[in-house]
Amino acid sequence: MRTLFSDKIHAPCSPAAELRPDPFELPFQSSLHSSRSASVVNNWLTQQFQNELPSTNETSYTHGAPNPLPPMRRKANPRFVFMGMRRCGKSSVQKVVVQKLPPADSLYLEPTYKVEHATMHGSFLHFESAEIPTQLPVLSPSYDHASIFSNIGAVIWIIDSQDEYFSSISELLRTAVFLAKNYPSINLDVFIHKTDGLSEEYKYDTFREVRQRVQDELSDVGYGHRSISYYQTSIFDHSIFEAMSKVVQKLLPQLPSLETLLTKLCATCRIQKAYLFDTVSKIYIATDASPTLLKDYEVCSDYVDVIVDIKQLYGWQEQVGAPSTSPPQQQEQQEEDEQRQNSSDAGLIGESIVTYDKTGDGYMFAREVNDSLSLICIMGKGSSVEKRVLIDYNVDVFVDAVVKIFQV
Amino acid sequence: MSSSERGKRQKQRKVLLMGRSGAGKSSMRSIIFSNYVAKDVRRLGATVDVEHSNIKFMGNLMLNLWDCGGQDAFVESYLTNQRSHVFTSVAVLIFVFDISSSEPAADLLSFASTIRALHEFSPNSKVFVLFHKMDLIPSVEQKTTVFRDRAAEVRNTCEAEGFVPGQVDFSATSIWDQSLYRAWTQVIYFLVPNAATIEAMLQKLADILDAKELFLYERTTCLIVTHVSRGPENPYPDRFERLSSILKSHKHSMAKHTGVMASEVSFAEMQIKTGAFMFFITRLTENTNIAVVMPSNEGAFNVARINVQLARKEFAHLDIVEKKGKEVQRVPKEDLEALSD
Ligand SMILES: Nc1nc2c(ncn2[C@@H]2O[C@H](COP(=O)(O)OP(=O)(O)OP(=O)(O)O)[C@@H](O)[C@H]2O)c(=O)[nH]1
Ligand SMILES: Nc1nc2c(ncn2[C@@H]2O[C@H](COP(=O)(O)OP(=O)(O)OP(=O)(O)O)[C@@H](O)[C@H]2O)c(=O)[nH]1
Ligand SMILES: [Mg+2]
Ligand SMILES: [Mg+2]
Repeated sequence: MRTLFSDKIHAPCSPAAELRPDPFELPFQSSLHSSRSASVVNNWLTQQFQNELPSTNETSYTHGAPNPLPPMRRKANPRFVFMGMRRCGKSSVQKVVVQKLPPADSLYLEPTYKVEHATMHGSFLHFESAEIPTQLPVLSPSYDHASIFSNIGAVIWIIDSQDEYFSSISELLRTAVFLAKNYPSINLDVFIHKTDGLSEEYKYDTFREVRQRVQDELSDVGYGHRSISYYQTSIFDHSIFEAMSKVVQKLLPQLPSLETLLTKLCATCRIQKAYLFDTVSKIYIATDASPTLLKDYEVCSDYVDVIVDIKQLYGWQEQVGAPSTSPPQQQEQQEEDEQRQNSSDAGLIGESIVTYDKTGDGYMFAREVNDSLSLICIMGKGSSVEKRVLIDYNVDVFVDAVVKIFQV
Repeated sequence: MSSSERGKRQKQRKVLLMGRSGAGKSSMRSIIFSNYVAKDVRRLGATVDVEHSNIKFMGNLMLNLWDCGGQDAFVESYLTNQRSHVFTSVAVLIFVFDISSSEPAADLLSFASTIRALHEFSPNSKVFVLFHKMDLIPSVEQKTTVFRDRAAEVRNTCEAEGFVPGQVDFSATSIWDQSLYRAWTQVIYFLVPNAATIEAMLQKLADILDAKELFLYERTTCLIVTHVSRGPENPYPDRFERLSSILKSHKHSMAKHTGVMASEVSFAEMQIKTGAFMFFITRLTENTNIAVVMPSNEGAFNVARINVQLARKEFAHLDIVEKKGKEVQRVPKEDLEALSD
């Protein structure tokens, strides 16, 4: 894979490397013993990113090996549509993920009869989605399918795993073939949904059966090469957000760079797992290369909640003038926006840390990259709080790099 | 209430949790005191007779909670042969109404005979009336009208039985949101006997730290014992129950991640720094944590962290005084955790 910098960046390097006295490196050497001066690394990184991403035009990605990425849509927002049989949970997923509906309230959702759009506000990704009602004949030749498919990155097909799903599989196949023929660049992702309350065994069998069937039948009609991703989801736990994260990541051209940076950061600072979160949606847009476990995502996502909630309760003083007397709920969105504005004005990027009494020496660490992106890390053993200076320094470098990656 | 009134209170405070069967009494007890999450309570069976638990709070408050099974046969017995045993020296009665009950008239009758007995044996006790399962009422307008109407009805009953208005408080609650914490925080605040002393000490500490707000919470329940605020008023008056709920969820989240029991999770410290404010939580006494909200200033923040450490021994003396007295027994952790895996 393409790397943004050589493997030696934090390791002892050629004797030619200039050694400058640096207060950081004496007491707080990284376990990977960086002997390079911090500022050298910093400059080097910056340069590298400038070389890498100087122009925002699409050609910058032709660097090195054949580029596996789809054409760049750097400015475009991730867009996708939800499809599936009636009552499979399309509205629920869209509303829970994009519009923050409390999952229990999905019980009261009405059936959908026309295309319903949703946009995420205040998030880094600004993603847009739409629910396609089951009865809309979007695949028929007479339908203006371009109006739906011409501009999207992914189709998410939802299968209700608590219901009979064979009819859903045959509709899914029809859709897969249609997309392969007409819109080959659109990703197809399948959510095997409503897995809450199912036994592990049943969940696993259903998952395997659906995947096997779809793959077999697609091969039969000559589209076996088309890759489809499958996820087990439920709106009643974190799995729906994890699945959406992976769907979104596949639409991000910056993903490989971000992953490389995160992996480097983890190795340097003994971080067990690191996620880059879209703070508002709690979708993670990248993680390091170590194995990704749902429970790690869960604890990080919950931690984001803690920070965001507490920030909401105490961040208000920043507002100039007297605090408003109207009920806070109605103003939340606006206030949050203002707060974000203000906290960046104040020049201090938010950060948080939690240490525990009884869970060994692990702890958690959060750092805002900008108003809407946060780095959340689960620190591994041996990464004691005393190494904070080293970690802070490397995180600063990381944050700068991420900002540059997204600079347009 | 005046501080002299507080000072006179006993250290062991008897709290009755009553209401008809299925009202949700054991559900709320398990969530607040035993680290259950809301969806676990479906597994609870009806309570047989009375389940006792003792919970130690800040300073010299020991909560002696009686969860009284609400099936008619049990209630009958509380009101007759166990009457004086149950209703003597009660500090607080928490009476839970199921707002979705199919027998509201019978519920009210049961309430009336309960407070009649209470008035007979503990005429100065405080009554907290909870209208519970409010989540089952869909719209906010309906919630408001239902609450108002039911509260008026119950208030009349209380007055008829000889309770003065200030003796009775009403709350709308649900296990599905933070309203449960609001109601219980009020109960705790009422019960903390030395709240005035603690508040005075906190106020002093807040002045030294130049903090915007300090609050003290009990570690197991995450219920906020007391708080002091300085400077302009915070526009979120419901922040304390929200914080209880946030901290409790965090505890569950960490427990799930690390595979330990929720009662074992306690952080050494949590810090949040932003351009608008700085915040940290750390241990203060054996059973409580303190949270400090400060203006955004790194230097002051670090000084504050040290000062809180130094202040610990000032507050510890509140605990020690109490320990010299009667031997304090805590509820075994195993009991609290019985169903939590
Ligand atoms: N158990 C469970 N139920 C779910 C889940 N997601 C959605 N549901 C329920 O499924 C039902 C249908 O959900 P909707 O979101 O309205 O489904 P839909 O696909 O939009 O339905 P139509 O628009 O009528 O085609 C609702 O009662 C939801 O509460 C899930 O993850 N688990
Ligand atoms: N919808 C809703 N249901 C609740 C709420 N609180 C409790 N319940 C349900 O009410 C049922 C009865 O709860 P319990 O706590 O066992 O009732 P109880 O008052 O202890 O009953 P007894 O022990 O027989 O007196 C449980 O199945 C809970 O799921 C709530 O806030 N909302
Ligand atoms: Mg729908
Ligand atoms: Mg009970």
